[in-house]
Amino acid sequence: MSSPTATPSQTTEPAVSVRNLWKVFGPKAETIPGSAHAELSPAELKADTGCVAAVRDVSFDVAPGEVFVVMGLSGSGKSTLVRCITRLIEPTAGDVFVDGDNLSAADEKKLRELRRNRFSMVFQHFGLLPHRRVLDNVAYGLEVRGDGKASRLARAQEVVELVGLSGFENSFPDQLSGGMQQRVGLARALAGDPDIMFFDEPFSALDPLIRRGMQDEVLRLHHEVGKTMVFITHDLSEALRLGDRIAIMRNGRIVQLGRPDELVGAPADDYVADFTRDIPRSHVLTMRWIMRDVKPGEPLDGPELSPDLVIRESIAPITSSSAPARIVKDGQLLGLVDRDDLLAVIAGSAQG
Amino acid sequence: MTAVTADAPSAPPAPPAPAGAAPRRFGMKWQLLAWFVSWIVLWLLLNGKFPLEAGTPPFVQDALQNFASNLGLVSWTQPIINVLNGLYNAGVWVTKQLGWTGMIGLGSALALLVAGWRMALLTALGMLSFGVLGLWDESMQTLVLIAISVLLSLLIGIPLGIACGLSDRFNRIMMPILDTLQIMPSLAYLGFIALFFLIGPPSGIVATIIYAIPPTIRLTSVGIREVSEASVEASRSLGATGWQVLRDVQLPMSRRTRVVGINQTVMAALSMITIAALVAAPGLGQSVLGALEILNIGAAFNSGLALVIMAIVLDRVISAASTRSAAGQRSKKETWTNRAVAAVLIAVGALLPAIAPKTATWNQAWSHPITDPVNTATDSLNNVLYPITTAFTEWITVWLINPLESLFTGTPWFIVIAAFAVLALILGRVRTAMTAILCLAGCVVIALWPDTMVTLTQVVLAAALTLILGLLIGVWIGRSKRADRVWRPILDAGQVLPPFVYLVPCLTLFGSTRLTAIIAAVIYAAPAVIKIVGEGISTVPSDTIEASRSVGANSWQEIFKVQVPMARPIILVALNQGIIYVMAMVVIGGLVGGGGLGYEVVKGFSQERDVGVGLAAGIAIVLLGVMLDRISQSAGRVRRTSSDVG
Ligand SMILES: Nc1ncnc2c1ncn2[C@@H]1O[C@H](COP(=O)(O)OP(=O)(O)OP(=O)(O)O)[C@@H](O)[C@H]1O
Ligand SMILES: [Mg+2]
Repeated sequence: MSSPTATPSQTTEPAVSVRNLWKVFGPKAETIPGSAHAELSPAELKADTGCVAAVRDVSFDVAPGEVFVVMGLSGSGKSTLVRCITRLIEPTAGDVFVDGDNLSAADEKKLRELRRNRFSMVFQHFGLLPHRRVLDNVAYGLEVRGDGKASRLARAQEVVELVGLSGFENSFPDQLSGGMQQRVGLARALAGDPDIMFFDEPFSALDPLIRRGMQDEVLRLHHEVGKTMVFITHDLSEALRLGDRIAIMRNGRIVQLGRPDELVGAPADDYVADFTRDIPRSHVLTMRWIMRDVKPGEPLDGPELSPDLVIRESIAPITSSSAPARIVKDGQLLGLVDRDDLLAVIAGSAQG
Repeated sequence: MTAVTADAPSAPPAPPAPAGAAPRRFGMKWQLLAWFVSWIVLWLLLNGKFPLEAGTPPFVQDALQNFASNLGLVSWTQPIINVLNGLYNAGVWVTKQLGWTGMIGLGSALALLVAGWRMALLTALGMLSFGVLGLWDESMQTLVLIAISVLLSLLIGIPLGIACGLSDRFNRIMMPILDTLQIMPSLAYLGFIALFFLIGPPSGIVATIIYAIPPTIRLTSVGIREVSEASVEASRSLGATGWQVLRDVQLPMSRRTRVVGINQTVMAALSMITIAALVAAPGLGQSVLGALEILNIGAAFNSGLALVIMAIVLDRVISAASTRSAAGQRSKKETWTNRAVAAVLIAVGALLPAIAPKTATWNQAWSHPITDPVNTATDSLNNVLYPITTAFTEWITVWLINPLESLFTGTPWFIVIAAFAVLALILGRVRTAMTAILCLAGCVVIALWPDTMVTLTQVVLAAALTLILGLLIGVWIGRSKRADRVWRPILDAGQVLPPFVYLVPCLTLFGSTRLTAIIAAVIYAAPAVIKIVGEGISTVPSDTIEASRSVGANSWQEIFKVQVPMARPIILVALNQGIIYVMAMVVIGGLVGGGGLGYEVVKGFSQERDVGVGLAAGIAIVLLGVMLDRISQSAGRVRRTSSDVG
């Protein structure tokens, strides 16, 4: 397996499991995966075969309840990846398992059944039905799967309240702002009570301020309903805010997959480093990344901090103590961090 | 190269590129001149020798006659004929039962439901005017025919359009078929359809469906393709089946575009059902036709006015319906009030005759046809214009039509064929020449040579006039935005107006003559040609024009040295289209004094005895059309390749 994969920390069965997934657009696409062509750069591949490999040999697992973020520049294959997982686009090769069910082998009927009950999707351009009221848009998924009118409207009403749209049930989509329209999209995806939700750059079309509000909304919902989420974005700060783990894509491949602090602290290559350069390191890196070994004769009566505490939140305890902070996990001393260490990191990120 | 050097002293220093093309065009000019001179010489020498008389119809026409009379009995069309006749009779029966009050109630109720109260009012007034013009029954017949044709067009066209919208493969198969249907001159297949469906309403309905169905198919397909991919995908992601996506997303979201298609279908149907009077479809077309035949200008004008009113009402109502459809779905309350009012309108209209028996039938005393006033007015106008128009007609006839006609009819047939073959060779390829020979030989075999030459004369003149007009106005609107704004509505109107309507003033002014036939063809063909030329001129890149201005070219030089040459390929397309349109009017031309093949076709339609000749004449028109189409197309190709060289 050529792409880096990170094993989720949990030992439970993954909610989504992607194995060697390929999507190639173009003539004779099915011959590309596994052949010598697969190793070519996008430009060479295009020149040689006329094909575009939008997703190349991607594998990863998403744990139940996790927020898994996929990010990358425009054209890196994020949308194609998420559509292959839900089979809105047929993958060229590879397998997708959802709760152990092999999605790639599912027939049309099984697939519809899964889409109606097990997972749902939120889209960048909302995809609302302009001729239906908000409530009917939210209830649409339930209508499609054949729920009765009374029960689906009741459920839709519930979800509309959950996403904070009460009072707009009878409006039409074009009477709402972009942010509110996406709340409708969110409510529609939530209405069927799916286990897994896929988001394809849902907030890219929104203003920064509204985007932040919507991110909070997703975090809140994740907290309240505890769904597994696969979230596509090209905005690193969004990825860092939401993601338990982040996969960075480039030219169809995952070039690095890890926790936010892993990406910032140990970028796998220049591409990832470039991505993370503008991120204030103190917001992401944890004590684990800056602690050092105990020097002989140092006082060990400083405050006790967790190795997973981010730097930003350690500033107060460390600066208020004259002795270096002790980084302790499970009663074991892992290392020390003092004022100078802290300043070095903050100064370093200010320069970079 | 020698030609270029010989030219060089007078010519400004030419850029090297066009120099490669110049000798060729130069050569072609000489070839064409030589071609023309030798034809004239041969004509002077052999004028009137080797005549080919139409005389008694030979075996081909007899065979066609047999074919035609047997076709009517072809059993597979009989059930269709019965159904269409049944539908028509039922429709007319309903209009009779409802009476004029009921029909106006029904019409305005429908307009109210789909397009709001203003349109309901317009509909009521429009329908009332049918009665006032004294054409109530004819109008109802036309409406019934349109309703049947449109409903059937939608019944067939919407599913086909949906299939085109959903499947690229099917779309690729359908689009060329639709192109052909729209290009094919409707008058050419009208006669053919009459062979299968007999004269009367069924043929009219079938021809109208063929003519009117393409916009519905096209715009349904476009509408479905335009639906936001995001909504379709979202619906699929929720587990919708293909059918659910179609019903919940693609159909509702394409509604507006589809209504535009329906509008175009209705307008096309109105225009065609009028022409279908030629195959004895009843209604307003019939009264225009009847009036034209006895040259009652006032009566023709009266019926023409009813047609125009009908067109305006239908167009406005459906356009309003399309813009309202989105908003209209939203206000439930308004919908319910409208429904209630509509029900009241129908009820009052239908019950009024029972309450007030006087209103049961339209009282003729209420009718005020404009026939007599128009006749008086045209008579007095004619008295004023008579000297001018007759002088004009005389002059054109003596100096333009007669000479050309005697050139075509006087030259022995084989020399005419050879002349066209050579012309085709000069302009095109061997294939084109072969086509020309085969087509003209076909006209000889059919034994309609003199008629063919009479028609050819008029077609050539009409096409030439159309092109001149197209160049004059086309260049004008291509160069000036303001001219474009002024002309465009006129051109649009010219394109949707049924040809019968403008025949009336032509007949008034120029009588039943060959000139009238030519003018009718020019009016029919000019709007399209002008639009194409204007398009071509306005797409000449502005930096090229600026460059020519910067070297001090004046407007005339700019037009003739830059814009027209650069737009030449498009101008040749315009010529080709002009010829097709002119050919489509040959039959109508025959009706208004053109004689020739068109007249034979009209006679064939109206008299059982002459069906064979009529059919033969129809074939000859098609042959002539194919030949002229090929030759003009190949002219376009040659120029294009020579400009490729440059
Ligand atoms: N239907 C298609 N046919 C051919 N190529 C496609 C198709 N869809 C996507 N691609 C190509 O696949 C590559 C990945 O596209 P994709 O839309 O997945 O990128 P993305 O990461 O989602 O970008 P963005 O941030 O702009 O949404 C691009 O190079 C794109 O041109
Ligand atoms: Mg995308």
